[in-house]
Amino acid sequence: MDVFLQQLVNGLILGSIYAIVALGYTMVYGIIGLINFAHGDIVMVGALVAWTVCTALAGSAVPAPLILLAAAGAAMVVCMTLGVSIERVAYRPLRRAPRLAPLITAIGMSILLQYSAALIWSKQYLALPAILQPTMYTVAGATVTDLQVFIFLLACALMAALAWFIKRTRIGKAMRATEQNRDVAGLMGIDVNRIIAFTFLVGSGLAAIAGLMVILYYGIGHYFMGFMLGLKAFTAAVLGGIGKVNGAMLGGMLLGVVEALASGYIGDLTGGWLGSNYRDVFAFLVLVLVLVLRPSGLIGGPVSERA
Amino acid sequence: MSRAHPLRLLVLGFALLTLAACGKKEEAPPPQAQAPAPQAAQEVVVKIGLAAPLTGPQAHIGQDIKNGAQLAIDDLNTRGVEIGGKKVRFQLIAEDDEANPTKATTVAQKLVDSGVVAVVGHFNSGASIPASKIYSDAGIPQISPSSTNPKYTLQGFKTTFRVVAHDDQQGPVDARFAVEKLGAKRIAVIDDSTAYGQGLADAFAATAKSLGAEIVAREHTTDKDTDFKAILTRIKGKNPDLVFFGGIDPQAGPMKKQMAELGINAKFMGGDGMQTPNFIKLAGETAEGAMASIPGLPKDKMPGGKEFLERFKQKFGVEVELFAPMAYDAVMVFADSMKRAGSTDPAKFLPEVGKTQYQGVIGPIAFDEKGDLKDGPITIYVVKNGQWEPLETVTPTAAAPAKQAEAPAPPQAVQK
Repeated sequence: MDVFLQQLVNGLILGSIYAIVALGYTMVYGIIGLINFAHGDIVMVGALVAWTVCTALAGSAVPAPLILLAAAGAAMVVCMTLGVSIERVAYRPLRRAPRLAPLITAIGMSILLQYSAALIWSKQYLALPAILQPTMYTVAGATVTDLQVFIFLLACALMAALAWFIKRTRIGKAMRATEQNRDVAGLMGIDVNRIIAFTFLVGSGLAAIAGLMVILYYGIGHYFMGFMLGLKAFTAAVLGGIGKVNGAMLGGMLLGVVEALASGYIGDLTGGWLGSNYRDVFAFLVLVLVLVLRPSGLIGGPVSERA
Repeated sequence: MSRAHPLRLLVLGFALLTLAACGKKEEAPPPQAQAPAPQAAQEVVVKIGLAAPLTGPQAHIGQDIKNGAQLAIDDLNTRGVEIGGKKVRFQLIAEDDEANPTKATTVAQKLVDSGVVAVVGHFNSGASIPASKIYSDAGIPQISPSSTNPKYTLQGFKTTFRVVAHDDQQGPVDARFAVEKLGAKRIAVIDDSTAYGQGLADAFAATAKSLGAEIVAREHTTDKDTDFKAILTRIKGKNPDLVFFGGIDPQAGPMKKQMAELGINAKFMGGDGMQTPNFIKLAGETAEGAMASIPGLPKDKMPGGKEFLERFKQKFGVEVELFAPMAYDAVMVFADSMKRAGSTDPAKFLPEVGKTQYQGVIGPIAFDEKGDLKDGPITIYVVKNGQWEPLETVTPTAAAPAKQAEAPAPPQAVQK
């Protein structure tokens, strides 16, 4: 078996999930300059809603693809409602406040979501019943399951669709205009509030899909699962260049691969001194390096000073 | 306002998040029984402390321990116990240590302050060890129903006891089973970086090596992770015929599942932390064929097992998870020691705990000079048709392990 290739596959799947979550961070940052720390927990809610639907329908006569569609639908409805409500309640009133204020409400929201989830779903690890029986393929010595292929393709399709949407549609244009300058966009007749709410809607919808991917892939959910995932995805967004949609994709994939390779080879490289239990360190090492060496990220231009 | 300082903002964000993570909300403490209202004239209330993870991923195990201890307390109170000529009513004070070593010391201090005379707990070795110093300083005996790290009783405290075999006994038993019975030659060892997991894995690895097996990989994960693909991929590259995991079911379950997804056909084995119904739920179909050892006899083979399991189910409406019988016996050992000493004062009955000769639910209980259970048996189980089934029971000190059943490991059900 080709260990390197297998680690690459592991990394790309992890990266697909990071990328989808990173999109949510990057879009919100792009448009209102806020790091939405509650975003990782929206993913968690999506995962647990999907878990609930799957658990309720597993074992019934409903075919697996329909269960997944129902789970995706329910997760998206809940997450989108949640995302838009959070923006309305916690961020909009503070839009003109100093930057620290919405950052703090974001962290507050994150903790609120976590403990609400703990109340609803308990603090136990939740196991997903077997709905899918992944088929395994061996490609050039690496084992790939159809679920992995599905996650990867779905992530790519979502990213391509989003890129197209922002570039080509009227509402995408309005989003870009709002990102450029919110006040002027407003003067030009763009309903800025609607555009911002829409951004949250799209980001949270993507988070719901990411949640479904996570719960399907690992088969296990937990009220605290969004925290580390959120931090990693945020790192991915910064790595690619926060505010840049294609940066989130690049950053996510890259981070996933770095993490998989690092945790796969660290033991050999350090002669057993560091083990793969240090793997979370790599994501943040990457974050620090990017911030120090290239704060605008890999494909972000210089951040210009604006009045 | 300019947007030019993402760096400063990010650092700030991280600092805040770290703070938020550190300050994880503390659970409201379980409502503690207030001083019981009107007491009979010379009735003495004796408080027994209990510390275990009552919330969090391991809450099901903590709850199990608490229920076991509660059942013992209720039995004692129904039976009516007289110590030193006074009627005694026992009361359980349960505290949640969240499986967290820091929280465990806080909880220990809280129990001491609330006037408990003995403590059942903690569940995790990582919690029992730091807490034991506090009980020792207060002169309060502590019986852990489940902590298996050898260090727990090696600190030289007179107050530490346990009613399970420890890792230095369990790990070698597992290793001997893996190498001699299963014929494993290339073994990969993973642990969850906790005192329990690492201790068990180290003891396993050392014995396996001494028996001639090759440890082809020694990996670590954490007790929070759910993604083991990178570690397992690395292990797959070393082509082992057995993977041993020192850790708890929330990690063991997904790990077994991901082994199957990576097409690793090696056998999977672990310790008592994964010998739970939860493991089978988490690993799903891939659990089939996984093996785990657990200190003690099989639940239904314990001398008092059958009756205990029934009464437990009747009272709490759930099956015994793991350590309820041990917790039950721990309370009974305390009561027994108090009776023999004729006192509920820890200073007076502590020496009696060490001299215990008690016939408990789990079997005969006696402690060696360190406080470890003498001749604690260890049983190895295998998942068969979605159930843990006992394979073989071994008493670590017995020269010839008593063979109970044929031990051909069923073929791993991984081809999907």
